[in-house]
Amino acid sequence: MQGADNALKKKMADIALNAARSRGATYTDVRIGRYLNQFVVTRENKVENIVDTESYGMGIRVIANGCWGFAATDRLDTDSIAKAAEAAVIIAKENARIQSDPVQLVPQKGYGEVSWKTPIEKNAFDVPIKDKTDLLLSVNDAALKGGANYVNSIIFLVNEQKYFASTDGSYIDQDIHRIWPLFAVTKIDAKTGKFETRQSLSAPRGMGYEYLIPRESDKIKSVTTLYRDRYDMLEDAKSAAAQAAEKLKAKSVEAGKYDLVLDPSHLWLTIHESVGHPSELDRVLGYEANFAGTSFLTLDKWKSGNFNFGSKNVNIVADKIQPGSLGAVGYDDEGVEAKRWDIIKDGILVNYQAIRDQAHIIGLKESQGCCFADSWSDVQFQRMPNISLQPGKAALSPTDLIKNVEKGIYIVGDSSFSIDQQRYNFQFSGQLYYEIKNGEIVGMLNDVAYQSNTQEFWNSCVAICDKNDYRLGGSFFDGKGQPEQVSAVSHGSSTSRFNGVNVINTARKI
Amino acid sequence: MAILSEDNCRALMKRALSYSKADECEISMNGSDAGNIRYARNSVSTSGSISQTSMVISSAFGKKLGIVTTNEYDDASIEKAVRLSEELAKFAPENPEYVSFLGPQTYSPQSKTFYQDTADVTPKLRTDKVGETLQIAKENKLTAAGYLQNSAGFASMMNSHGLFAYNTSTDASFSITLRTEDSLGSGYSTKDYNDVSKLDTLAFTKIAAQKANASRGAKAIEPGKYTVILEPAAGIVLLEQLYGGLDARSADEGRSFLSKPGGKTKLGEKLVDERVNIYSDPSNPELPTNSWAGDGRPQEKISWIEKGVLKNLQYSRYWAQKQGVKAVPNPDGVIMDGTNASLEDLIKGTEKGILVTRLWYIRQVDPQTLLFTGLTRDGTYYIENGQIKFPIKNMRFNESPVIMLNNLDALGKPERAVSGETFQSAMIPPMRIKEFTFTSLSDAV
Repeated sequence: MQGADNALKKKMADIALNAARSRGATYTDVRIGRYLNQFVVTRENKVENIVDTESYGMGIRVIANGCWGFAATDRLDTDSIAKAAEAAVIIAKENARIQSDPVQLVPQKGYGEVSWKTPIEKNAFDVPIKDKTDLLLSVNDAALKGGANYVNSIIFLVNEQKYFASTDGSYIDQDIHRIWPLFAVTKIDAKTGKFETRQSLSAPRGMGYEYLIPRESDKIKSVTTLYRDRYDMLEDAKSAAAQAAEKLKAKSVEAGKYDLVLDPSHLWLTIHESVGHPSELDRVLGYEANFAGTSFLTLDKWKSGNFNFGSKNVNIVADKIQPGSLGAVGYDDEGVEAKRWDIIKDGILVNYQAIRDQAHIIGLKESQGCCFADSWSDVQFQRMPNISLQPGKAALSPTDLIKNVEKGIYIVGDSSFSIDQQRYNFQFSGQLYYEIKNGEIVGMLNDVAYQSNTQEFWNSCVAICDKNDYRLGGSFFDGKGQPEQVSAVSHGSSTSRFNGVNVINTARKI
Repeated sequence: MAILSEDNCRALMKRALSYSKADECEISMNGSDAGNIRYARNSVSTSGSISQTSMVISSAFGKKLGIVTTNEYDDASIEKAVRLSEELAKFAPENPEYVSFLGPQTYSPQSKTFYQDTADVTPKLRTDKVGETLQIAKENKLTAAGYLQNSAGFASMMNSHGLFAYNTSTDASFSITLRTEDSLGSGYSTKDYNDVSKLDTLAFTKIAAQKANASRGAKAIEPGKYTVILEPAAGIVLLEQLYGGLDARSADEGRSFLSKPGGKTKLGEKLVDERVNIYSDPSNPELPTNSWAGDGRPQEKISWIEKGVLKNLQYSRYWAQKQGVKAVPNPDGVIMDGTNASLEDLIKGTEKGILVTRLWYIRQVDPQTLLFTGLTRDGTYYIENGQIKFPIKNMRFNESPVIMLNNLDALGKPERAVSGETFQSAMIPPMRIKEFTFTSLSDAV
């Protein structure tokens, strides 16, 4: 279980690189990964589980006869490594028989021996278990005292210790940390049998335990307190208990067109599904046609240079460097340094997300560094960087934004999400819905979901609050690929307004 | 290497238990050798072979539990993992809901879950099979994307009370999406089996090709309530939300679609149409599954819904103990009864309706009513007077499987289907459903 030092990892990597080369590989990269997770799981006054997981192994990717091959093993003796390298080459050569065009890699310089670490203040794995169970049990206690019937809470930690080596001459050591505290509070009306849940408004982050140390300057006071770069789990749980009860009594929404005011704790998921996924170049090209789907953002739209994805207010940036974000790394999983670039500029589609074997298709001289595998045991492929809506340039607060809305709904938190396989038609729900009438929030609504078409929706974006309101949301579990892999990604935004969106009522009787 | 024999498992887990100083200790192991080939744009894209194992060590002192997972098996690493699990347990507060590990169990004879020919699949065979598929795609001027995989694995567990269980299994699956060159048509097919010899990739490719060609030039129809025929690959993604949601505790606690006011549940009540029978049977030869659950409980044949009545719920061991009932584990190897009618028979008997090949991006909208949303995909057709008349544009639905099974119109012959959402398999009949609710149109093909 001791972490192998870099000299040993380099030695193991060189065994794989040399074995693959001797079998006929023209390019090889090796990832030696130690993946650690910790889950602390509680409900009400009980700690249900404390789990530490650790997985260690090596993935070897090669090009032989112009075709990719991959093999992974958790046996890291010299013989097993060499055999895995050989297996990768055999697969590549077999597959080359049915390949239409050889793999074309955009050049990548080797960096030599380099390293990168998530800039954390407090390693969450070093924090005593008791501190975590105490926090979660106090969160649960606060929710129960606030009137909740049930509460579940979890702290979920990730540490990826990744060592990458390639025949380009890179030996890259990375130590990546992520944290996600979350809860769900349930309130039941015993008389009617109705129940409602309010989930935490936290975000998973590329941070250490400092995310769980509240800071007043990171709080935004709204109808409920919202959180920037520090999360007050206890305070949010108290609010959640009261709001779950309020949801039980909330008015059922009247279906129709509304102006939506979407908080970043909600909007991140709409950005993820309707901007992040359709601008993945592998989807655009058809590589995901069998599972995740293709994309309506076809190459002709990009080439035209005038495809208006959204209104002029909409500027969307891809990046792998934003501090505290889930996507932030030093280098991607094919040894490309992390960077930042525009996807949507003043509403126009200007770029995609690409990796080394796709870069030439859109005329890039270098990869955008979007290659990622969720484990040593899975092959790396194109995954979404952080995709974020840029704040408005003019000063605008959520309060001022709401003042101008005549008939609208203010949505906080994420919930149900679904979108078609080309990313046109979507439906989203939230945690909290507030009715806006003539510039005022007049009460809570329930049974709300909105449906729209991606291009129509982003063209209805009439206002975006300024950078003071900018916050990150995100997911630990963005799924894609076969076999399916997950990746962690953040999406930043400020509260934004979308006019005339179709809202449906989701109440049913069974 | 990744498939450990029963003897090797016993030896390794005994060694792990020998390091234990806890009141109780339980070791679980699993591993697999797997290979896959992924293809798109009528060419191979990525592929690989993965050999891996994992050991889970659970240590308990009184009612305090710690769990550690590792995949390093030298003596020092195992001992360190055992010590860490004990440390975690010592730091844990007492959990009043903790239930001791099981003692030795008696399991039903294990059905045949392992097929050597599946374990023996080579990279060459995978490439050859996909090569044939790509040939058909090219001949039909279609663009193929898909995935073929095979795996052979083991699962085993042992604890300090003398429980031991071991089994091996294999799986081979194939899925394909064929799109027309003008991107105006798309067809899909998917299957999985324990025995790779049943995986007729050519036949599935031809089905997808036929669906793709027949889906060109789709017309838009108004969203609303329609009679639908859900093919098994479409129906399974909604049904699994129902049979995967039979947790007794959440029903008893009042936070399930199976809860009733006043702390009661719908157990024993009619939930859906009386033609609906859903049960699980680990010994079914078409869908053989493990004779034991992950925590060591025996998996037995059990009825979940019989003649539309909710017959059983699944219980954690703690909740069963508290309620004084049998601790029935999660459904595995789920079977929904049907008739001998074919899909074609169901189409012939439809005056007006929609044939659905695949449902996609299924997400819960309301747990109270088990309302889910999602969309049709890769082959949706309008039926009139017993015949498929024309392809239609895809639509979003908002529907509850409970409402859907109350609106049941007809059932066909069950077949093994694999979920495109969870990748779990079940025996599912094609279903004709009245008043299925579509809420909007999608431009996606």
